[in-house]
Amino acid sequence: MEPKKNRIGLEITPYRGGKTTLCAGCGHNAISERIIDAFFEMGIQPRDVLKLSGIGCSSKTPAYFLGEAHGFNSVHGRMPSVGTGALLANRKMIAIGISGDGDTGAIGIGQFVHLMRRNVPIVYIIEDNGCYGLTKGQFSPTADVGSTQKNGQPNDLPPIDTCMMAVQLGASFVARSFSGDKRQLLAILKAAIAHRGTAMIDVLSPCVTFNDHEGSTKSYAYVKEHDEPSGEVNFVPFFEDITVDYDAGTTTAVTMHDGSRLYLKKVAEDYKPTDKLAAMRLMHETHSRGEFATGVLYIESDKDDLLTQMNLVDTPLAFLPPESLRPGKGVLEAVMEEHR
Amino acid sequence: MQQRVVNDFSIQVATVNGSGSQTANLVILRSIFQMGIPVSGKNMFPSNIAGLPTWYTVRANKDGFVARKKEVDFLVAMNVETAKEDVMSLEPGRAVLYDEPLKLNELRSDLSFYPVPFDKLVATVCTDAKLRRLVKNMIYDGVLSHLLDIEMTEMEKALRKQFGKKVKAADLNMGALKAGADYATQHLTKTDPFHVERMDKTTGMILIEGNSAGALGAMFAGVTVCAWYPITPSSSLPEALIGYMKKYRADPATGKATYAIIQAEDEIASIGMVLGASWAGARAMTSTSGPGVSLMSEFAGLAYYAEIPGVVFDIQRVGPSTGLPTRTAQGDILSTAMLSHGDTKQILLIPSSVEECFEMAQDAFDLAERFQQLVFVMSDLDLGMNMWMSAPFTYPDRVYDRGKVLDAAKVKELGGEWGRYRDVDGDGIPYRTLPGTGMPSYFTRGSGHNARGQYSERPDDYQNNVDRLARKFETAKSHVPAPVVEDAATEVGIIGYGTSHWAIVECRAQLEQEAGLATAYLRLRAFPFPPEVDAFISRYKRIYVVEQNRDAQMKMLLRLELPAGATNHVRSVLHYNGLPIDARSLADDILVQEGRKAAETVKAATAGRATVTTAAREGE
Ligand SMILES: Cc1ncc(C[n+]2csc(CCOP(=O)(O)OP(=O)(O)O)c2C)c(N)n1
Ligand code: SF4
Repeated sequence: MEPKKNRIGLEITPYRGGKTTLCAGCGHNAISERIIDAFFEMGIQPRDVLKLSGIGCSSKTPAYFLGEAHGFNSVHGRMPSVGTGALLANRKMIAIGISGDGDTGAIGIGQFVHLMRRNVPIVYIIEDNGCYGLTKGQFSPTADVGSTQKNGQPNDLPPIDTCMMAVQLGASFVARSFSGDKRQLLAILKAAIAHRGTAMIDVLSPCVTFNDHEGSTKSYAYVKEHDEPSGEVNFVPFFEDITVDYDAGTTTAVTMHDGSRLYLKKVAEDYKPTDKLAAMRLMHETHSRGEFATGVLYIESDKDDLLTQMNLVDTPLAFLPPESLRPGKGVLEAVMEEHR
Repeated sequence: MQQRVVNDFSIQVATVNGSGSQTANLVILRSIFQMGIPVSGKNMFPSNIAGLPTWYTVRANKDGFVARKKEVDFLVAMNVETAKEDVMSLEPGRAVLYDEPLKLNELRSDLSFYPVPFDKLVATVCTDAKLRRLVKNMIYDGVLSHLLDIEMTEMEKALRKQFGKKVKAADLNMGALKAGADYATQHLTKTDPFHVERMDKTTGMILIEGNSAGALGAMFAGVTVCAWYPITPSSSLPEALIGYMKKYRADPATGKATYAIIQAEDEIASIGMVLGASWAGARAMTSTSGPGVSLMSEFAGLAYYAEIPGVVFDIQRVGPSTGLPTRTAQGDILSTAMLSHGDTKQILLIPSSVEECFEMAQDAFDLAERFQQLVFVMSDLDLGMNMWMSAPFTYPDRVYDRGKVLDAAKVKELGGEWGRYRDVDGDGIPYRTLPGTGMPSYFTRGSGHNARGQYSERPDDYQNNVDRLARKFETAKSHVPAPVVEDAATEVGIIGYGTSHWAIVECRAQLEQEAGLATAYLRLRAFPFPPEVDAFISRYKRIYVVEQNRDAQMKMLLRLELPAGATNHVRSVLHYNGLPIDARSLADDILVQEGRKAAETVKAATAGRATVTTAAREGE
């Protein structure tokens, strides 16, 4: 049988990466798998993608997907600035940034805040395991109160809710999912990739080595039990030319930037993913019950992203020819004249 | 009356920060400049927005010496707080222009005093009480124009230039200028020896600040991404860049820009953006000062080890820590040369002039891309924020060096065998690929990697890689700007760099004239040190390295880099009080270290002129 090809005629191989060196069963690996599927299914040329990350087990994962894409494993917590710079240089690229909850919520919280605020067009994934994996299990700022470390030490500081922050800060696409929920994560990823602007996805991702014990609120079993999907998520890429009936009473349609549409099925009658307050309320309510709302929690599809705001020429800045970079002799003469 | 002193004096205006005297000061500077006389202007301002004392010095010098002059010849005392102290610090025979009610003439009898009733005069020319404070400054310009013979037409021209399109404001200030001149003509009798006489030494020249020159250079160098975070004294560089780029690098009709300038949230983010942008193929830069460079340290190591280009303008100020944020120094040399942890070596370019700010901006981008690492342009506050005269800049017609970027032809040449960190050409410089070009990709990481760019913790891979980086740095020695060398038949050589140059030039003339001491001179322009440096040091018996820091940072760097023993005869002349270095202190220090008696020798040679204050630093 012929191996499956996507709409641009590629097999899955170029979407795969190196062999993972993470622990077997680590949630991060499942996320890598979904990223591979999402890009393959959407038929995006891997060479058109930039993979960016900070430091941590999670930040290693860009080496394990899209082997043909350029990748940049930068420094702890600073992937947002690197990503911003890369996109300023080449606005044609699709950027995916992978971070950890420590990388984002602790050392990198400042850069995270400003990435959201600028609405940099990047798919920003937090592989959230409530702990520091790579440095062996210390608490991260998303660890829940009462959660314990492997050695029994309890966490007594309240967690940061990165989704809540992202909504407040101006990210134009905010979602939460679970690394074990293949269907939902894949759909969210595809929607995020199609979105123009910051698409922030917090993916609960169990750390099998340091945070999967009893007492942890990020263990696979715990999350599975407390997962509360906000709705059915279906992503329909525009190239598939599919129209889905939209039942005004139960679903909200969001037109994506590239013309594709995202369909969200509400769980509650009064919940709108385009309503900031509703999103905050949903997160607040579920959180106060010790549960996680998953799905696309907030979306603002018509917000200008950073690159649009900067009014850049169409050619990527990186590839502008010298003629358009160096003003003519007359310009230097004029400036010199001003200083005489 | 003393002998006339023509075109050789310094004016110091002592005011209060925020009093709007800058325009008046620039008008003096510019009008003397327009009369063909070499000038320099230095602003000594406090780290404060309004209310603290500030001094502006204009130096006119027929021989073209533009370094800070230690002695003040003509004091304009506008600041009540410091007036007494300022007057007491003058050498005998100097002049003081002051606000009449201060009665400064009662303090001493060996100076020329010129009282001016500023408030009375300003009331006659400016009806708006709120504006008087600002307009008042132009009155001392008028008085000076009369006392020093600065032509009124040049004053007016300079004033109009300063105000540009603000005709109303210019007219108002013209009124004050005239009122000052008229008052001086009618009421003041000149008793001091200082005069301005027209010359032709500035024909065709420009006046510009180093930061504007650097920004201009960056624009012509084809910068496309600039990420920065405000810090004195560097902010005016990206601010000037924004001005130039808006005007010359955006489509006038659509506003579409061939550049992106972004004010980052801090210096870590700005250097992060620079690395991201350069990695993706842009010519990217940032501009900062010491505290910002400190913050950039981790990323600077990544740039070095992962081999990512980028340009950093470091407009040095006084450290450590917040130090004296508005004073000048050359205190970042050593920490920047080795910025970051592990074995790291950064390329430094060191401009001495506004012209070099312009040119080195272009060198910096070429070198950064050629060597795939950061290049730091080590300017300082004195150069960056002060006005300097210069020959107009020459249009750069060099081809941009985009470095070793892999394309299809090269892949073929390499037989399809590409490795990101392979040393194909034996110069230590590998080939990189840019995303979006369809060339083979690679994974950039700060962790251990082999020649193919793959993750590796193998001892031989690590060592091969860092040895190649050392080789690359060795290659850079012949690519960075060579030092400027002036040999002489003498045993004494001077090494200097950056803004110290101007004091050194003058100091060498003083040594020669006053003590018959000829000196050879090498002006460093970059790190790594080109071979000329070693050769120069070995040619002379005693070498003095002049620098504006306490710890002789460049001397240390020379010791570290040159063969063992090669620098045993190298001494230091250090200046580090936050003020720009001056020739007098420098010459005295060298004389003392040469075993001569500085003060006496100099006093004899300059009889009738200023007595010399003690050297900045006693001999060893
Ligand atoms: C500046 C700096 N500080 C500390 C570290 C050590 N460090 C490496 S990974 C890490 C935490 C990673 O945690 P997280 O982001 O949650 O990712 P995970 O490993 O759990 O996927 C830390 C603190 C570092 N590499 N750099
Ligand atoms: S330590 Fe935890 S986060 Fe890191 S790879 Fe193992 S399971 Fe994953």
